[in-house]
Amino acid sequence: MSYIANTSSQQEAMLGKIGKKSVADLFETVPKAVRLDRPLRVPPALSEMELTSLVAKLAGRNRHPGDLACFMGAGAYDHFIPAVVDTLSSRGEFVTAYTPYQAEASQGSLQVFFEFQTLICQLTGMDVANASLYEAGSGVAEAVMMAMSVTSRRGPVLIAGTVHPHYLATLRTYMANLEPEIRVLHCPGGYLEPSRLEAEVTEETPCVVVQHPNFDGSLEEVAELSRIAKAKGALFVQVFDPLSLGMLKGPGELGADIAVAEGQGLGTPMSFGGPYLGLMACRESLVRKLPGRLVGQTVDRKGKRCWVLALQTREQHIRREKATSNICTNQGLYAIRASIHLAALGPEGLRETARQCLEKAHHLRHLLVAKKVGEIAHVRPFFKEFRFRLGEGMPAAAECVDRLLEKGFLAGVPHPENPRDLLIAVTESRTLEEIEGFANALSALRATAGKGAGQ
Amino acid sequence: MMERNQSADLLFEISKPGRRCHRVPPSGLPAVGLDSRFLSGGSPPLPEVAELDLVRHYTNLSARNMAIDSNFYPLGSCTMKYNPKRHERLVSLPGLASPHPLQPDKTVQGMLAILFEMQEMLAEIAGLHACSLQPSAGAQGELAALLVAAAYFRHRGENRTRVLVPDSAHGTNPASAAIAGFDSVTVKSGDDGLVDLADLESKLDERTAVFMITNPNTLGLFDHQILDITRKVHEKGGLVYLDGANMNAILGIARPGDFGADMMHYNVHKTFTGPHGAGGPGSGPIAVRDMLEPFLPSPMVIRDEKGGYCLQQDRPLSIGRVRAFFGNVGVLLRGWMYLRTLGPNGLREVSEQAVLNANYLLTLLRDHIDVPKGAGCMHEFVASAKILRREKRVSAMDIAKRLLDKGYHSPTVYFPLVVAEALMIEPTETESQETLERFAEVFVSILREDPETLHEAPHDLAISRPDEVAATKQPVLRWKSA
Repeated sequence: MSYIANTSSQQEAMLGKIGKKSVADLFETVPKAVRLDRPLRVPPALSEMELTSLVAKLAGRNRHPGDLACFMGAGAYDHFIPAVVDTLSSRGEFVTAYTPYQAEASQGSLQVFFEFQTLICQLTGMDVANASLYEAGSGVAEAVMMAMSVTSRRGPVLIAGTVHPHYLATLRTYMANLEPEIRVLHCPGGYLEPSRLEAEVTEETPCVVVQHPNFDGSLEEVAELSRIAKAKGALFVQVFDPLSLGMLKGPGELGADIAVAEGQGLGTPMSFGGPYLGLMACRESLVRKLPGRLVGQTVDRKGKRCWVLALQTREQHIRREKATSNICTNQGLYAIRASIHLAALGPEGLRETARQCLEKAHHLRHLLVAKKVGEIAHVRPFFKEFRFRLGEGMPAAAECVDRLLEKGFLAGVPHPENPRDLLIAVTESRTLEEIEGFANALSALRATAGKGAGQ
Repeated sequence: MMERNQSADLLFEISKPGRRCHRVPPSGLPAVGLDSRFLSGGSPPLPEVAELDLVRHYTNLSARNMAIDSNFYPLGSCTMKYNPKRHERLVSLPGLASPHPLQPDKTVQGMLAILFEMQEMLAEIAGLHACSLQPSAGAQGELAALLVAAAYFRHRGENRTRVLVPDSAHGTNPASAAIAGFDSVTVKSGDDGLVDLADLESKLDERTAVFMITNPNTLGLFDHQILDITRKVHEKGGLVYLDGANMNAILGIARPGDFGADMMHYNVHKTFTGPHGAGGPGSGPIAVRDMLEPFLPSPMVIRDEKGGYCLQQDRPLSIGRVRAFFGNVGVLLRGWMYLRTLGPNGLREVSEQAVLNANYLLTLLRDHIDVPKGAGCMHEFVASAKILRREKRVSAMDIAKRLLDKGYHSPTVYFPLVVAEALMIEPTETESQETLERFAEVFVSILREDPETLHEAPHDLAISRPDEVAATKQPVLRWKSA
């Protein structure tokens, strides 16, 4: 089954018109020596019914937040997705269109991306947003390269040790052969102390990268950090959580020059890690260094308002090796989803969602402490996620996760820095029953562990 | 028809304070007091719309797009083939759409089995040894592969600083080389549209890390010198990279590894029918020869001792990550479903029919418009409006815009750069003879129209030609309240 429309008699007629005897003759320019003389070693073809049953069987071997209450976060969150997001974004006119290079035939996508850019600006308080990047990890790398280009500084890039370890790893990969060194600022207190940044930042620092809320879920002293960075002329890059902005001050207000985020929480299913949605916004003055596509407003020949791809001279298909980035394909369909999601939430829905995350996460922390499961690892204000240090008598974090699977929970993410720490996220999707059930199930592990040790 | 849409107002213009769509009922929990230095005064000024407003808004906007589902879309280099609906239904099964990316391996065995098989199939189709599914799109695949090459040479103690790129290559090639820290050097194409061997040789030396080739190239030609080319690069100790944008022409016909490529990327959203999603997401896995495998991004899916699957994180020579989490899994799943649907014969048939359709359309058009390398082609060909421009002042863009009027998406225009007034046409294998014939008739009739009609095209779409210069000179990149 290869979705071919032409019948065999049509194929013959077409070959005749071309003047070839067989399909093989069409490949004359492929030297015999490099032609594959056997079938590809891939599994045999499946009908739609066979494929459907195979996929159902394999999908059935995966546990997921539909059958386990999800307390995992660490950069991917189980936020609720309203039905309108799925229904509208799955229209074939969006799904099967290409990048809107032909503006007249792509006003639908272009207008959605223009609205998306506006929504991200409204959300963040930043001046300009692009039409998306792949996801947050490469987004951080793009932001740092943008900052190097803007400042022309080659001193060490400073990044808080509380940034998501995958984002840091991605940055290291991207920068492997470029000049500036990456200096990770250690954060023993679970956040970047402003005095620590003050001691490190110099007139040669291209940028400072801080995530807020950070990987542990804790809030950073962003306003002060951005002031310190900017006093030395370094750009301030803030990684943010879009859903936190229903309550928390946005990167615009906090003084970010470039704001980057994982937009997965805005209408994208967790899908084992992708496709997600990289958000990037910046100050007006930096727009010509911004990577990725931008949609602009203009008029057509009759003076009618319309939308086009703008500032393409930044991009690889025009500038080649001098482009601001190599990015071409971005995450169009997921930008459409995020737009619909944000429009469905509106200011009140966003605020309600943020408040629920905050309240439910604090409620769980309170229950866990009350049940003597452990204590928060670093006493810092947090939003929807916290780093919880398992107390005496509790198994290590990975074992807790393992044992709670049987009880119906995805218990959190074992913290990469300490096997006793569990990173626990609570979104608005979790019910009070699930939260209480989770606290009970986790504390029950302590009881068993204690008994086991005593016997 | 598009004009009959009720409104092209922006979301922000239909917003009304107090209107609601999605609601989150109160939790009943006590409010949490965060310090005021963290709190914004209120919620961001997002638009406020009712659910029906929202549904009409996006439904009407969608009608202002051309798409494969509604129109023939012969956009060269983009492989706009049919996107099977079964994939969309199956990827939304909760067992595939919902798992968290950091769940324990044992809870995602079905997912890992699929991804492992995808790695294996992509390596086999490439004729190479190993495959990383991590890169998010073709351009990120290029970057990842060049970083792999850099790590490989560093490991061998070789200092190679240059990446050679043909002048007909996609812009992402030189851009990726620059970001990977290499100097990008352009290699000329000869009059035949293929790599100019003499120019290649003059630029190949011990500084050459990688030669990036697109084969079939962007002119739709298979470079028959390929064995010579790859031998010459290898003789100088360099690696050959294949830009896999045009893999739709050679599935099961020729394998990059067999013609000397050491690494390549796939565009799963093109060749394996992603779909394109108005500009993404893509997925750009890379396949490499055995000596490069240790340097591939981490993690990879491997088989464990018990016959299950796990993510291998500990790979000491790996370049690391090019993104958070595993990759664009949703796109990879669709690609896997496509490969499993086609099987070995179906895959070969894809390329045979893609090349047949392209040659058929070429035959129908080349008596009417100049096709500089038009003796035959692979999956696409490049026509030129150079003569028309000189004789009738009709440009490639004019033809493209008039095609839109007629209900056809335009070919890719002004690329590749090596052809003046280029119209790059890729019909793909899923179009029928009738569609190709109707398209050719319309195309030829456009060439006979008076130039004024073409200069003013499109006439019948939601908008006429936009002023792109104004959009760049004084960019308006967001809506602001009056």
